[in-house]
Amino acid sequence: MATAGEVLRRNLPEKVEVSDGSPSGSRELHVLAVDDSHVDRKVIERLLKISSCKVTAVDSGTRALQYLGLDGEKSSVGFDDLKVNLIMTDYSMPGMTGYELLKKIKESSAFREVPVVIMSSENILTRIDRCLEEGAEEFILKPVKLSDVKRLKNVIMKEDEKENVEKRTFKRKLRDDEDSPSTSPPSPPPLSPVCPAAKRSRLHNTKD
Amino acid sequence: MERNHLQRQIAVMRQSLFDQGLVDEQFVQLEELQDDANPNFVEEVATLYYRDSSRLIHNIDQALMKRPLDFHKLDSYMHQLKGSSSSIGAKKVNAECNQFREYCQIGSAEGCVRSFQQLKKEYGALKKKIEAYFQMVRQAGPDKTACSRN
Repeated sequence: MATAGEVLRRNLPEKVEVSDGSPSGSRELHVLAVDDSHVDRKVIERLLKISSCKVTAVDSGTRALQYLGLDGEKSSVGFDDLKVNLIMTDYSMPGMTGYELLKKIKESSAFREVPVVIMSSENILTRIDRCLEEGAEEFILKPVKLSDVKRLKNVIMKEDEKENVEKRTFKRKLRDDEDSPSTSPPSPPPLSPVCPAAKRSRLHNTKD
Repeated sequence: MERNHLQRQIAVMRQSLFDQGLVDEQFVQLEELQDDANPNFVEEVATLYYRDSSRLIHNIDQALMKRPLDFHKLDSYMHQLKGSSSSIGAKKVNAECNQFREYCQIGSAEGCVRSFQQLKKEYGALKKKIEAYFQMVRQAGPDKTACSRN
């Protein structure tokens, strides 16, 4: 059964443009924060709000999947509200770890392109490698600082901007192609290549 | 002036938290997240910390009474305690958590029991000082705290 997200993908690019050009015109990032620690949730929420991000904080991987509508049940949130630009998850959580959550997100067609950042208080190289190889955007050592969040926001916004430019170009090309019906639809723009080596260097621990 | 005296007392108290190694840089990070709209953020985080960690400490106390000790469970509790302690910048408590975990690793029951006693001491000492500090900050009013984003 197709989820709302899969339907949306097939309707590229118009539907995407609509949800990007939100009525308020704001380019506010919406971050889903996942952490079982109440203290850490409060802190990350504050860090994100100060960085002008909209935050949804949940206390488990299960709840995160529920929120995203990936738990097999009907999503409680309307799809338009569900534009999540970044997922930040703690690694060590009871039940579903951040790694397991990362895998589930990357397996979903609706959210696999949403950057996922793993946070952990433990600097374990094999853990870091595993997460990056599974497609994590970054691995941040706790405690997370404001500088971490600000840097992350810049990275995500740049990627988002780049993606939007590609989509607008794609749409323009589509319109041009409408005049010559004999041509087959163009393939979507290529995703930026994943470079594991480059991503590994993105382990950040901004200690002074 | 009454207010200046209070401000100075607050500054002295705050400095001693650092000088005595009770809190570290993370505490400053939290202070920097305060502003006019959120003037008591650090106190709120601290309150949350003490609420959550007291439960953890109780669980660890209970677990330490069982024989044989379940080092895996103890380590797991301590990992959580360490996590929130470091999030609030509780330097000494954090160090005691590490010590405890080392004893878990080598399976030393005596080491665990001893280091937990020490941990509770540090934990209690920090709680007392921090509560007194925030009480003073509240007394001084919403105007100027020792360190904020204003």
